[in-house]
Amino acid sequence: MNSSLLGQLAVTFAALSLVAIGGANAVVPELHRQVVTVQGWMTDGTFAHLFAIAQAAPGPNVLVVSLIGWHLAGWSGLAVATIAMCLPSCLLTFTFSRIRARLVGATWLKVLQAALVPIAIGLMAASGLVMARATDSNLLHVALTAGTAAMVYFTRRNPIWALAIGAVCGIAAYYLGL
Amino acid sequence: MNDSIDISKTASAGYVSLGELFKGFLKMGLCGFGGVAAWAHRIVVEERRWLNDKEYADILSLGSVLPGPNIVNVSVMVGDRFQGPIGSIVALGGLMAAPLAILLAMATLYDLYGNLPLVQAAIDGVAAAAAGLVIGTALKMGRRLRPTRVAIFIGCLAFLGAGILQWPLVWVVIGLAPVSLMLTVWESRR
Repeated sequence: MNSSLLGQLAVTFAALSLVAIGGANAVVPELHRQVVTVQGWMTDGTFAHLFAIAQAAPGPNVLVVSLIGWHLAGWSGLAVATIAMCLPSCLLTFTFSRIRARLVGATWLKVLQAALVPIAIGLMAASGLVMARATDSNLLHVALTAGTAAMVYFTRRNPIWALAIGAVCGIAAYYLGL
Repeated sequence: MNDSIDISKTASAGYVSLGELFKGFLKMGLCGFGGVAAWAHRIVVEERRWLNDKEYADILSLGSVLPGPNIVNVSVMVGDRFQGPIGSIVALGGLMAAPLAILLAMATLYDLYGNLPLVQAAIDGVAAAAAGLVIGTALKMGRRLRPTRVAIFIGCLAFLGAGILQWPLVWVVIGLAPVSLMLTVWESRR
């Protein structure tokens, strides 16, 4: 049973790895679709919590995948999920690294970038929406989401503050019985 | 094979040891609270002078076209640049080591105390803010890009497919990338 879960984790994340244009933030809708909707491995709430922990920790956000693996199958889940998510894209990057000298300044690379960046940004916005839908169960949460988005958009402050404010507001709301 | 001895790239380091690679990327992973990207440039270009600005920009632009997190791709390429495949593994390992350890400590705490209503309320708050963080970052990147009409159109389609309709990401990307490529070429030739 456990090995079939590990196999599913490996296949699911390895496929995601190769379409993760723009990194982990682009794959959240698909992660959510697979983990919550299709496989039913966890609830909306748990998914949102794991994502929140990954955002609050330093390092690349792709680690949310490690956390999902760990939550589902312990250490082996962590290892399988992390490797499955990183290996395919890293091998591809390594290959391109070898022919990089020939690619630098190539026009088609610039065109490809111009074509892919809007997709990455659209996917990131979709990630935010999916996260908000998984999390925002009341007005306070909606206000926190909107406020953080505005803070990030209009200021250059380190976003870790927004996450800290989110925690404080959550605790305050709990004590006030909101 | 290894172009680290190429003298034409004089502004950058000719040799970086495995230990230095590991330490540099370890620091990057540790400092990357709220975004590693700014720290990557600071450490690789300004602090350690492994690469000059242009080399770094080239690596980053290739890293952003390839799938996977930009910073992970940068670590693979910078590692390979100085120490070949082993360098890639060491750089990536350095980048991931500290964040993974911190993350696991946090996850263990979550497993122990995550059921407490107070902790639940706090993490719910963080999750709501994290969603806003992602939305705000996307909007900011969109603004910085100064998008053309085609770029706005493609970005909205990606948002619609993945976010609203919740189609499988593989189909959204495979379907949209060629369309975006064609429209981008068409727009640039007009």
